[in-house]
Amino acid sequence: MSEIIKVSRRDFIKTGLMVGGGLVLACHVPLGGRAAAAAEAAFAPNAFLRIGADGSVTVIVNKSEMGQGVYTSLPMLVAEELACDWKRVRVEAAPVAPEYNHTQFGAIMVTGGSTSVRSEWERLSKAGAAAREMLVAAAAAGWRVAPAACRAENGVVIGPGGRRAGYGSLAARAAKLPVPQEPKLKGPKQRKLIGKAIHRLDSPAKINGTATFGMDVHTPGMLTAVIARPPVFGATVKSFDPKKALAVPGVKQVVAVPAGVAVVADGFWPAQQGREALEVVWDEGQWAQISTPAMREEYARLAAMPGLAARHDGDAPSELAKAARPLQAEYEVPYLAHATMEPLNCFVDLKKESCLIRTGSQFQTVDRNAAAREAGLKPEQVTLETTFLGGGFGRRACTGSDFVVEAVQVAKAVGKPVKVIRSREDDMRAGYYRPMWYDRIAACLDDTGRPLAWRHTIVGQSIIAGTPFEPAMVKGGIDHTSVEGAVDIPYAIPNLLVDLHTTKNGVPVLWWRSVGHSHNAFVVESFLDEVAHSAGQDPYQYRRSLLAHHPRHLGVLQTAAEKAGWGEKLPAGTGRGIAVHESFGSFIAQVAEVSLDAAGQVQVHRVVCAIDCGRIVNPDIIKAQMESGIVFGLSAALYGAITLKNGRVEQGNFDTYPLVRMQAAPKVEVYLVPSDEPPGGVGEPGVPPIAPAVANALFAATGTRVRSLPLTPEKVKAARGQA
Amino acid sequence: MITFTLNGTKQSVELSPDTPLLWVLRDHLHLTGTKFGCGEGLCGACTVHIDGRAERSCITPLSDVQGKKVTTIEGIAEDHPVKKAWLAEEVSQCGYCQPGQIMGAVALMQQKPHPTDADIDAAMSGNLCRCGTYGRIRRAIHTAAAGGKGGKQS
Repeated sequence: MSEIIKVSRRDFIKTGLMVGGGLVLACHVPLGGRAAAAAEAAFAPNAFLRIGADGSVTVIVNKSEMGQGVYTSLPMLVAEELACDWKRVRVEAAPVAPEYNHTQFGAIMVTGGSTSVRSEWERLSKAGAAAREMLVAAAAAGWRVAPAACRAENGVVIGPGGRRAGYGSLAARAAKLPVPQEPKLKGPKQRKLIGKAIHRLDSPAKINGTATFGMDVHTPGMLTAVIARPPVFGATVKSFDPKKALAVPGVKQVVAVPAGVAVVADGFWPAQQGREALEVVWDEGQWAQISTPAMREEYARLAAMPGLAARHDGDAPSELAKAARPLQAEYEVPYLAHATMEPLNCFVDLKKESCLIRTGSQFQTVDRNAAAREAGLKPEQVTLETTFLGGGFGRRACTGSDFVVEAVQVAKAVGKPVKVIRSREDDMRAGYYRPMWYDRIAACLDDTGRPLAWRHTIVGQSIIAGTPFEPAMVKGGIDHTSVEGAVDIPYAIPNLLVDLHTTKNGVPVLWWRSVGHSHNAFVVESFLDEVAHSAGQDPYQYRRSLLAHHPRHLGVLQTAAEKAGWGEKLPAGTGRGIAVHESFGSFIAQVAEVSLDAAGQVQVHRVVCAIDCGRIVNPDIIKAQMESGIVFGLSAALYGAITLKNGRVEQGNFDTYPLVRMQAAPKVEVYLVPSDEPPGGVGEPGVPPIAPAVANALFAATGTRVRSLPLTPEKVKAARGQA
Repeated sequence: MITFTLNGTKQSVELSPDTPLLWVLRDHLHLTGTKFGCGEGLCGACTVHIDGRAERSCITPLSDVQGKKVTTIEGIAEDHPVKKAWLAEEVSQCGYCQPGQIMGAVALMQQKPHPTDADIDAAMSGNLCRCGTYGRIRRAIHTAAAGGKGGKQS
């Protein structure tokens, strides 16, 4: 499939790719893919790897580093097979090019769905192995021995009689050899890096302040802009008076753009001051009256009516109608902001026939193409450089490319390099939230106490409908991301109906770390707990009894329960809750220990987490991602809610949208369940189980079931009043 | 003209005295290790030291640092025990908040070389981390306090 070609400097320049000069080698991938950038005198057998004459190894990573560790785990996959010296490995962010497209998500470069390791394992292993075989062949040819008589280790080829040649010295010769089509990969026992807690390659830059995030991009002559944004989704500028804004020292221009009115200055502070002085009159449009209490009423009304069936086994409605004492409950979760620590921002340098974008994107091809449309350029005229991302969680994979498109709009109007920065309030109020959901769920039991029927009606917005991804991702009216975690419920239930009402209301929504699982796991695992208690059974043992054919669920459940001391006595007022959930190819169980403080605030003291994510690349990164998902999910479980009043978002900063802080962070223990299964994801799956584990623990501690997130003191108090 | 000492070097800045120190550092002096997160002193990403105390630079007007000593993440030695502990405990994820966390931890340990968990809660609860690295931050502070030999939870 790959062929080595020699490309002259002129050919490379013609294709618009950066090149160091001299003879370079590149790999043409199938389907007419373009050659990757390669440095002078480097050995670059494919798009993911370069070896310099000095022996340095550069791994080109096509996934965005947003904390999940891909700048370490993906190079580990290459380095393992390359058998290089890990200390010589450095990372470079991939440019936008077809050879860096996702292996499963179509022709786009994207980081998401907890797929990086899963989707790149084979491709990157082969990239490393092919290079190793070429280096070995080059050394063998030089020594006039058979390649089989040589081996590669730690960046050196070792031949008969102890002859040694470093990769750097072999690079030029290896570059002239054909690229093996099917290089031989190591067996599990031969692996030296994979499975080890290797230190992250990005840590040193992140602790000394030199790591460059989009926010840190600076070029000489660059301007900074903030945008006065519509107070209501869909509102447009009626008129504005720039006079007072222009009077602020440092403000250069005030320009109307489709996203609002941009105040452009020689820094963020004057831009922000200018925006405060700016007077804008808005045409508020059709969504100026929406409010979340009214939406909730409408959702509740819909939840009582049949929706579009997403899964239908047996006949749950009839069984429930016949049941003497069916259980029924209504659950709800609010809109949530991603609230990445780095507010959204984007740098654009737009010229007549080119456009350079530097930003932290998870959605490079989509963002580049959207920028090209906005700029009136061809996609290949737009260069998008991916910086470090100060958090992503899905927000930087925006179906509407909002933060990139608005920056191109401003650059067009200004005619100079410009960085558009969102203040925290802009970031929180300008949309793209985890949807608000309202669920009605019912179940009845058979004579032995096992669930006989289960009906789960889900009401909320689709994050895909109305986007370019709708044809591919919405099937028969069902956006799978609305029902994931509910339709794939693992418990043995003969009559099961999951149905969906998809609502529309002008609030921009988006995938938020763990997507549909973030809400469905809360509903399913809380209600299953209710069912267990109504059957008079222990929630852990009840789950086990319904998961007989799900060994991986059972494995993590048992590990979490044992390590947590399930069943052992706790101090008075403290309770334990358990939840198990599969998402993104991984299986996770969590046990939370909680109590209520004097103010009625839920305090989470300890979380025990067991994960089976199949084959492991870096165990410490997996543990870190579990710790991360738990704290992220806990912020939502305890505090998080975006609400609307008269079309306006009521939250704006961390005082009104609190996150878990140091003093509220529980002690987290993570246990990896050994597994030879194919690798699963780790970035997202730690999130879904924590909210139900905490709500179930709250019930165990207090006898109070709270079915609405966040678990605020007011809701706990109200539920206790009813209990 | 406001004059102060920045990471050991005398620095003069001719800017409106109400300009927050954060934007003086980032936009005018191009020291971008100090991060913008909230602009309201709510998240701690912009934490610097002013005369040795951890302060939020996003709500500190330039006029406040006249004649004072300002230290940013760029002014912390590479071999500082806190930085070494951060690497040993592999604290960083997205990394955006970490310069502020480290500035908070360094200031804490200057006051209390052997902080208890309660001291850490009190000193570090103003620094948000969306990646949830709190457990590792706590461990790293104990590790640094123990001279890099692995921290003990108190």
